Amino acid sequence: MDFQTDKEHSLLQTMLKDFAETEVKPLAKEVDEKEAFPVETVKKMARFGMMGMPFPKEVGGAGGDNLGYVMAVEAMSKVCGTTGVILSAHTSLCAAPIYEYGTPEQKQKYLPALARGEKLGAFGLTEPNAGTDAAGQQTTAVLDGDHYVLNGSKLFITNAGYADVYIVFAMTDRSKGTRGISAFIVESDMPGFSIGKKEEKMGIRGSSTCELIFENVKVPAANLLGKEGGGFGIAMKTLDGGRIGIAAQALGLAQGAIDETVAYVKERKQFGKSIAQFQNTQFQLADMQAKTDAARLLVYKAACNKDARLPYSVEAATAKLFASETAMEVTTKAVQLHGGYGYTREYPVERMMRDAKITEIYEGTSEVQRMVISATMLK
Amino acid sequence: MNIVVCMKQVPDTTEVKIDPVTGTLIREGIPSIINPDDKSGLEAALVLKERVGAKVTVLSMGPPQADLALREALAMGADEAVLLSDRAFGGADTWATSTTIAAALRKLGFDLIICGRQAIDGDTAQVGPQIAEHLSLPQVSYVSELELAGDSVVVKRTFEDGYQRIKVKLPCLLTTLKDMNSPRYMSVAGIFDAYKKDVQVWGLADIVVDEANIGLKGSPTRVKKSFTKGAKSAGKVYEVDPKEGARIIVEALKEKFVI
Repeated sequence: MDFQTDKEHSLLQTMLKDFAETEVKPLAKEVDEKEAFPVETVKKMARFGMMGMPFPKEVGGAGGDNLGYVMAVEAMSKVCGTTGVILSAHTSLCAAPIYEYGTPEQKQKYLPALARGEKLGAFGLTEPNAGTDAAGQQTTAVLDGDHYVLNGSKLFITNAGYADVYIVFAMTDRSKGTRGISAFIVESDMPGFSIGKKEEKMGIRGSSTCELIFENVKVPAANLLGKEGGGFGIAMKTLDGGRIGIAAQALGLAQGAIDETVAYVKERKQFGKSIAQFQNTQFQLADMQAKTDAARLLVYKAACNKDARLPYSVEAATAKLFASETAMEVTTKAVQLHGGYGYTREYPVERMMRDAKITEIYEGTSEVQRMVISATMLK
Repeated sequence: MNIVVCMKQVPDTTEVKIDPVTGTLIREGIPSIINPDDKSGLEAALVLKERVGAKVTVLSMGPPQADLALREALAMGADEAVLLSDRAFGGADTWATSTTIAAALRKLGFDLIICGRQAIDGDTAQVGPQIAEHLSLPQVSYVSELELAGDSVVVKRTFEDGYQRIKVKLPCLLTTLKDMNSPRYMSVAGIFDAYKKDVQVWGLADIVVDEANIGLKGSPTRVKKSFTKGAKSAGKVYEVDPKEGARIIVEALKEKFVI
């Protein structure tokens, strides 16, 4: 067992911190307030290899690994939760399933552009009536000669409108239930595919979250990802990986809120001394950091398992459950320690608290994570 | 074209603390970085590499920990890295340092040598020019722009109150200013490759050099005293007319025997 960060990842963390502080942090407030998708930041992340981090160079990736990838999501989320989730959804939910389940032709066609960040990826599973109960898919795909015809809609899709490539799930055989769901690679410019209502959200406001609408969209049969009827398995496996990314986002938000709070409590004076000198402040900070450090170990462990090709489903669920609930608790305490100022937009902790809430909900709610973890325990 | 960039690893602060007893730098607890002027020199070399094709080698002298600065340079895009590290090189002043680095450069071969103007921990600005002298090379210091022109480089040499545009034939040595560019970030692919590459470590046995001119023994410089400048007092503010102001200033200067 080795808990030391190796030299590569240590150097990577130096680069990520530098990039996040210089390129991402100065924009975070505006990205949130104006709901501005950070297009330029995505281009910059692409230029330095961050959009294809865990994939080999042969497919256009940076030749890194999942540990490096979660460090990137963590570093970006520390200063901007929006940037963190854009990176996570693109990498874990779109590029990763193509890398894992794509045919050689699909990989060749889609992966290099995604991994180099020339194209942005998204993932469409959730529907108005199929959230946690993902099996209730209403979107259909009917084989017609050499293509499938897709009809239906998807809801709450991250990166929608800015993404070029979407992994979309649809029923190819309703009679088979979950075994009748298939996955497709859909391109944004396929006729009949449009973006619907954009959600107005509590947090991660710069990330684009929209409805996807499919009206007789002809998707080539060659774009079926995996086998017909294999979509549910792909969705669940992909979400296992995605959870590590969201756990890293939560981890970053928690650490970011702590860093802001440490700086604040040293400056803020009450009763003639800095509030850092009060034992309540000290104990709160210690609790916040201890939980965040524990979350970090869980997140890195899940990523390392994935890198080692070991099972990581339960590890990912555990990491996401603990990191997201830690993020919510820590950011709430951060606002409390900032007092009245913490509730204003003058300080970033209120944004971090709003951003943290979603990590307990998307890519499997905390309740779903508890189901995954306990099911393994009671088996 | 072979470009060699000479780099120093320095403590990441402009307010270096000095041990009052020994007069040496306290390096503990301060993260190390590539000296800013050197990093801009590396960026200039990497831009040349992209434009006209070149092999960029980074060369540093220092303790084994300086490996990190060289890995960072590799992750930014340098092709090879050499670290001069040997107890025999320790305690070197600028003379001994430049003697040692010049010996390594003779072994490496070069068309263009780029050094940062000066290091933020020592601020001497002597090592670059001394290397040029050891190697009998033309040199231009304070470079803020750099372009290749056939078998020469055209550079902008910047002063506080003006600049010179100079054409200098290769091989030559340039010292660069940190303001000349914004060094790129390391790339993710570069980082993972940096540790697959080999940083060559050269000791005394690997270079041809006169041992009387290296290390502490080969350093003619003697440090009499090092100290941190005391804080300036707040000063006095007079809100008076210019004539009265001039009178007060003259009086104050006389009081201090400046005039």
